[in-house]
Order: sequence, then C-alpha cells, then structure tokens
Amino acid sequence: MVATAEVIYQRPESFTEVHTHYCPGCTHGVAHRLVAEVIDEMGLREKTIGVAPVGCSVFAYRYFKMDFVEAAHGRAPAMATGIKRVLPDRTVFTYQGDGDLASIGIAEIMHAAGRGENITVIFINNAIYGMTGGQMAPTTLEGMKTTSSPLGRDVKLAGYPIRMAELLSNMDGSAYIVRRSMHNAANVRKSKKAIRLAFEAQERGLGFSLVELLSSCPTNWKLTPQEALDFVGEKMVPVFPLGDYKVHPTLENLKV
Amino acid sequence: MAKELLKGNHAFAEAAVRAGVEAFYGYPITPSTEFLEYMSARLPALGRVFVQAESEVAAINMVYGAACTGKRVMTASSSPGLSLMMEGISYIAGTEVPAVVVNVMRGGPGLGNIAPSQGDYYQMIKGGGHGDYFPIVLAPASVQEAIDYIGLAFDLADKYRAIVHIVVDGNMGQMMEPAELPPMREIPEKVPDWAVSGAKGREPNILTSIYIDPVDEEVTNLRLLKRWKEIEKNEVIFKEYAVEDAEYLVIGFGTAGRVASSAVREAREAGIKAGLLRPITLAPFPSQRLEELADQVKRILVVEMNSGMMLDDVIRIVKGKVPVEFYGRMGGVTPLPDEIYAEIRRVSENTGPGAEDPRDEWIPRLEKFISGEK
Ligand SMILES: Cc1ncc(C[n+]2csc(CCOP(=O)(O)OP(=O)(O)O)c2C)c(N)n1
Ligand code: SF4
Repeated sequence: MVATAEVIYQRPESFTEVHTHYCPGCTHGVAHRLVAEVIDEMGLREKTIGVAPVGCSVFAYRYFKMDFVEAAHGRAPAMATGIKRVLPDRTVFTYQGDGDLASIGIAEIMHAAGRGENITVIFINNAIYGMTGGQMAPTTLEGMKTTSSPLGRDVKLAGYPIRMAELLSNMDGSAYIVRRSMHNAANVRKSKKAIRLAFEAQERGLGFSLVELLSSCPTNWKLTPQEALDFVGEKMVPVFPLGDYKVHPTLENLKV
Repeated sequence: MAKELLKGNHAFAEAAVRAGVEAFYGYPITPSTEFLEYMSARLPALGRVFVQAESEVAAINMVYGAACTGKRVMTASSSPGLSLMMEGISYIAGTEVPAVVVNVMRGGPGLGNIAPSQGDYYQMIKGGGHGDYFPIVLAPASVQEAIDYIGLAFDLADKYRAIVHIVVDGNMGQMMEPAELPPMREIPEKVPDWAVSGAKGREPNILTSIYIDPVDEEVTNLRLLKRWKEIEKNEVIFKEYAVEDAEYLVIGFGTAGRVASSAVREAREAGIKAGLLRPITLAPFPSQRLEELADQVKRILVVEMNSGMMLDDVIRIVKGKVPVEFYGRMGGVTPLPDEIYAEIRRVSENTGPGAEDPRDEWIPRLEKFISGEK
C-alpha cells in the first residue's frame, strides 16, 4: 500500500518563519494570517508594500514576507498615500489599531477615504490601547475600565465610542467598508472573505477599502483568551454592529 | 537658456521640476503657497504626482512614504507648517530616506505674521524634530541661487540619504528677479536597492526608524553622526565679498546677507575696510573659514532677521578672539542697507571690549531705532 499525505494547513508564503510577539490569545496574529493568506491567494506578495502602525502591531513587518515601511503613530494612511501615488500599480495596505486609526490618526484616515485613495486598510478594533498598557481608546465601551478610565468610561466626561466603519462609509471615496469580528471560527472565516474583497477593490481600482475587525486584548482586558473572545461577541458586537456599510456595485456579485 | 523675469516661489518650484522631482505633497500657507499652486498645475501635466494634503502633518508623511520608494520627493511650507512637519522630518531622518523640504520663513512665534523672517534658524538648523539627527540646510539669497541650489539639495539628499532643508524668507518667495533655469534632467529609471517597490525576486526591504534595542539605536545614531562628519568635510558652501583685507567682518545669510552686502559695498566706498561672509550651507556651517577670518579681522558684526540665533554659532566658533556684535530685526521686519551701513560704521569706530552677550548692547539700540521709526 502507498501512503499519501495531503497538505491541509501550512504557513502562507507571505509569512516569515518567526514567532510573533503577540500575547497568547490575542487576535492580532489571526488577523495577520488572514491577510497573508489573501495576499497569497491573489498572488500579490511580490508587488505589495505594507505600512505598519504604532501599536502592538508595530513589528508587523517582521511577520509578513514582503516590502514594508513603519509609519508614525496614526500616519499610516498618509504614508500609504505617498507610496501609492508614485507606485499606482503596486498593492498598498495599512494595518492599524484603534488608537492609531480612530484617535491620533483620524484626520489621515478620513481624508484618505475622502480622496478615494486606492489603498486597503485592516483596522483592528480592540477597544483599548494595547501597546502602552491598556489606556482608554476612542472605541472603549461605556463603563469599561482601563488604566486611564479606572472607574469605567464615563461618557459624559470621556465621550462615546467612535464607530469608524459607519463614519467612513459616508465618504464618497470609499469603495468597500465593512465590520467583521474575530470572536469565533465562523466570524474569522467571514473576516477573511471581507479582507479578500477589500484587496479585490484595490486591484480593481475602485477606491478606498477598509475592514474593521473586532478583536481581543486579553492581556489588558485582564480576561482569559476565551473570556476575551466572549467579551467581543457579547459586549462589543452590540455597540459595533457587524455588517457591510458600503460595498461598491462591482464587488456585490463577486464570487471569491 | 536665457534669463527670464521669474517670481521666487514659481522659479523654485520649476527648478525642482527640472531637478527631477516626481511628487509634491503640500498644504497651503503664506508666503509659500505659490509653490504649491505652481506644482498643482505643472506636475500632473508631466504625469507626475501632486497631492494637496489635509494638513502639514499628512503632507510630510506622504513625503515620507514616497521617499521610501526612492523617488525624488519634496514639500514646501512656511514656519507654522514646519512646526507640524517636525514629527515626519524626524522619522525621515531616522529611516535614512532622502527628502527635500523648503521653508519660506515668516514672522513668529505662534501665528505671527506673513512677513519675511529668519526666526526658524534654531528649528531648521539644530534639528527641530526629536532625536539625534542632522539636517543639511541651504540658505540661498537670490532667486538664481535658490534655483541653483534646489538641484543640489536633491543630489545631497540622495547622496547622504538625508533630509535637506532649503530656508528662504517671504522676500525671496515673493520677489520677481531675472534668473536662468537649468535644463530638464532625466528621471533615473533605476530604483535604489534599499527602496520599497514590491519584493519581486529579492528579499523584502524594510524601512523603519524603530530600533528597540538601545544598542542598535546607538549604532544608528553613530552612523548618522559619522555621515554628518563626512558632510561637514565635503559640503560646506559660502560666498564672500571684500574679505581679503577686511578689518570688519559682517556675517549674514539669506535676505539679511544680501542686504548686508549692499551695506558692505557702501562702507567700502566710504573707506571702511568691511567684508562679508555669507554662509549658504547653514548646516554644515562654514566654521573653518570663520575661524580663519576671526584671526584676521578686528571685529565681527552678525546681521540676522531674528533675535540672534546664528549669532550663537558665530560666538561659539570665534571663541572670543575678537569682539562679536549683533544687529537684528525681528517679527517680519527686513533691515534696510542704510541701517546696516550705520551699524558697520559704528562697529568700525568701536574699540570697546564688546559685551559677553552682544544682544545686551543691541537691545537698547534697537529700542531707540524703533521709537524713531514709529
Ligand atoms: C506621537 C505618539 N504619541 C503616543 C505614542 C504612544 N503610543 C504607542 S502605541 C499607542 C496606542 C496604540 O493603541 P492601538 O492603536 O489601539 O493599537 P494596539 O496596541 O491596541 O494594537 C500609543 C498611544 C506614540 N508612539 N507616538
Ligand atoms: S497587549 Fe493586547 S493587543 Fe497587544 S499583543 Fe497583547 S493581547 Fe494583543
């Protein structure tokens, strides 16, 4: 008898062979993998330039096997604009956290969308500042305790969570704006499909594309990995509803 | 090519186009706006890139991104805009990618005014952004000089993978002068081997300013410092006038240097042995030449359109060999040749020891002058 083996799971070509620095149970690593798989499947690796943010994913360039630059905090969309305009036939994407994108970089992201900049943004919303040790983010839920809202976010003093997908979907330059979640396998699969469509939007020159991924930060939330995923599903999804906020007609019937 | 009557900002922009700039990212601000307006028409017509950014913060980060692709890129702004750009400038320096930034300086601090000033000397020459880095700073004094040095600025930026600033003031941005533009240069097709362009058939290129291990950062700081030492050795540029037998040396850059040259000429006609040193590279500063001249002259007069910023560098280099005096106008006021001539006269008659801080003697003179002007 001849034994045959079938590969059902392997490291994407777009990944380097190093261990990530992410905490156990953090969804950053899963999100990275989804992006790498999509880039592999679309055959984009050799023409892609990634832009890493300031945040826990500051070292994203260590894990993706492709050209990468590292932006200043919040400025990734501006940096990506600079690159994409001089190299319009390359694939350019940013990968940004919620402090990076929705706080210090809110001007850069809104205007990148407003200009219809033909780039793709992977937006990790974990409702907290991970890298700096768990301070309040613009996306922190009402009543949520962080190191800079120790009594829980008081919306009267600290404002309300900002819903970026909804905001960005109002920009005429946006081609594809959706929110997905990373809290279980079914949602991870949907996230991957959305990431694929976002890159398809860029490859078709349709304009600005962004996938917001509700993500976990077990370390700073002080929850176990499973509790953290449950928190995403039970507490974050009601505040940040999942859905397609803007889908360019060209993408509507695209089978991927 | 023949001389044409050219407006400063337009001429600078066209010079950059001819030097092969492939992208301009900017935000409007007086007195540099014509630079951006010119580029908004000219670059797209050539199939090159122009983006009006949402702020100077975004503009410089677009420059940063495009610089990472190895293309010739630039921005132009004025003082408050430069303050916002300092973050990106530090990142550009830390990542060791080339870029050219023009500052058409105006009166400050704060919103100040739109009149010509040299008040950004410290900000531009001493760094301005955070961390250990060394910008190259060119200070032309005429439209023609600015045209000539913009091409050089790009060459230096590429050669040293460094940030190069061109500082002018509103006078030069706005003035019309006959000048000659250089021929159009070819845009190089070859991508530098460090640039990001998509890792096709090679290992990925990573461009970053992060060195999380302090020793790695120190090695980077050292590399930048050693590169700077090379720049100091090779790239100093200055102009002189009537220094051979000078007993009184006037030092000024940009517009102040240009006005001072008229005053020095007048002084020579009146029989005063005055000479002028006009640094064109403010960084690297013509220190060696100044040291030599300090051994020759009896007294030095520094003329600036600020509160005495280059003055501090001059004092440091002259090391008390001869008295250093100061004459400055601030707030967007340009000194007239007669004012500087009167100062040269006064300096030539002064045999006193000079103050430890020349500003202490200058402040009452200026106050008196202003009350006479008002
Ligand atoms: C100009 C500037 N301000 C502040 C910081 C400090 N800082 C680093 S990461 C960060 C927040 C990151 O949070 P987020 O974007 O949500 O990403 P996460 O770490 O949660 O993935 C802050 C405030 C910085 N690096 N630069
Ligand atoms: S701090 Fe939070 S976001 Fe950062 S790696 Fe750890 S779990 Fe992930």
